Amino acid sequence: MLGFVIQRLMQAAAVMLVMSALVFIGVYAIGNPIDVLISPDADQHTRAEVIARFGLDRPLWEQYATFLGRLLQGDMGRSFVFGMPVLSLILSRLPATLELTLLAVISATLIGVPLGMYAGYKPHSPVSKAIMALSVLGFSVPTFWVGILLIFGFAVQLGILPAGGRGQTVNVLGVGWSFLTLDGLKHLALPAFNLSLFKMSMMIRLSRAGTREIMLSDTVKFARAAGLSERVILGRHVLKLISIPIVTVFGLELGSTLAFAVVTETIFSWPGVGKLIIDSISTLDRPVMVAYLVLVAFLFIIINLSVDLVYATLDPRLRKGRG
Amino acid sequence: MEAVGLSAFWRDFRENPVAVAALAVVALILALAVAAPLFTPQNPYDIANLDLMDARRPPGYVGSGGYAHWLGTDAQGRDLLSAILYGLRISLQMGLIAGGLALSAGATLGVTAAYLGGRAEALIMRVIDLQLSFPAILLALVLSALLGQGKTQLIIALTAAQYAYFARTAHGAATAERNKDYVEAALSTPLPALRVVFRHILPNCLPPLIVVATVQIANAISLEATLSFLGLGLPATEPSLGMLIANGFQYMLSGRYWISIYPGVALIVLIVAINLVGDQVRDQLNPRLQR
Repeated sequence: MLGFVIQRLMQAAAVMLVMSALVFIGVYAIGNPIDVLISPDADQHTRAEVIARFGLDRPLWEQYATFLGRLLQGDMGRSFVFGMPVLSLILSRLPATLELTLLAVISATLIGVPLGMYAGYKPHSPVSKAIMALSVLGFSVPTFWVGILLIFGFAVQLGILPAGGRGQTVNVLGVGWSFLTLDGLKHLALPAFNLSLFKMSMMIRLSRAGTREIMLSDTVKFARAAGLSERVILGRHVLKLISIPIVTVFGLELGSTLAFAVVTETIFSWPGVGKLIIDSISTLDRPVMVAYLVLVAFLFIIINLSVDLVYATLDPRLRKGRG
Repeated sequence: MEAVGLSAFWRDFRENPVAVAALAVVALILALAVAAPLFTPQNPYDIANLDLMDARRPPGYVGSGGYAHWLGTDAQGRDLLSAILYGLRISLQMGLIAGGLALSAGATLGVTAAYLGGRAEALIMRVIDLQLSFPAILLALVLSALLGQGKTQLIIALTAAQYAYFARTAHGAATAERNKDYVEAALSTPLPALRVVFRHILPNCLPPLIVVATVQIANAISLEATLSFLGLGLPATEPSLGMLIANGFQYMLSGRYWISIYPGVALIVLIVAINLVGDQVRDQLNPRLQR
């Protein structure tokens, strides 16, 4: 087992190194940041000074070596646009993204699983068909389009929910959180629902498939024979049995929800990390782009690593060899 | 599938009225998009046709051209119906090209990996699995940000984000075929291995690949729209549906919904219709669901 863990860790580190190099080369090969940083009428002296200060006159590999060295010390450079360290810039935007993503994934689970279980329990009822139609829509309609419809319906036509921004926040542990105030919750409602729709469709499908399968199993037959009410069977036994795949997906999807948050945050002007990356792409703020991509790659490698390790503890066959 | 034949396939397909309707919608949209320049009241990208006096008019408005703008006009005075039909051309083009390229690249890679076996197979599939663990949208986003705007760049980004799904499917199907007797027999003849792979193994992997392809074409169209909406996809000279929606978005808050909503409706109808056709094809090609 220990050998397996070490092997996986080394693999993850290698992948991380390759990713950081790819990201760095890719980002530093596009555009010319000098055009963004220096106004066209700046004199030669200012130009040279800025180029030297940001190290833009160095060869690419040297810039990468410096970048990598500083990365290991947690220093990801300074944003060209905001003039502050990238890491603290991203960290300052992270709470907004985290509360949005967590709320979205949790509500997707809390709403999606019961709906899916119902659809699996009564597969032929019209309500179940409506639930499944909803999940097909949730899968196929692009997130940004749902966001636009939500803004149009709730903010423009009905005027009951705000179209963007975070609203009033409360400072806890030095960072602002929206979900602690009524105004903040109002601002959270639409983006969180928007972000959760895709996951909800997935949860509905998963729990429907699981429930349908388990309802035919001996477990349920014996539970019924023992005189348990349908309610207890569903709530206690079926739910427990379908929860394993759901928990796995919940964990895995947390990462991809962060990716989709880019779209939702842009539509709802939610000041999170996703909006930051879109803004920094359009202003060619390269340190922010690189840092964001490296952090996301890191996050996904960590998620994959933990999934691998959890599965290895559950299934001894995977521990040997390559898996 | 060869034995069943195309007409039998169609006979089964016909039994699902929803899928037939969806197929009709897809065909209609394709025809409209291809023939758009022949019957749209204006070429929305010929500036000579545009009049700012017609800008942001609601649906049904009769503009300076003397004809009704059934879906209204956008901020440049463009007839939205014409703009949507031209936009569909671009969206469909992107979806089909990217989907087709991803299919060929992914299938080649997957089948080759299955044929090679051993370390090469393990390495290829490990890379593919790794890529599949990243969401396609993130990958497409990053790539189009890195490559910049443009048709070619976007096609590269979409293909790179999607080929892995085809590779995984092709690999699974080809691994199953690899161990069958007919492959063994073909390999024992002096035929070159490449010929065996592409003439004998690949065709037998097609049914699952066709299913993935329908889903992925819809996904490519949706991804392209998302990227263009975020300003990362096509340049302004190639206005796809996503860009039309993005352009209209800023007028939404002032109640001019049609500039954004109608291109979106066109996009959704297209994507949902393709997905419904794909669902039926999947059910028919899935041996486990055979009656």
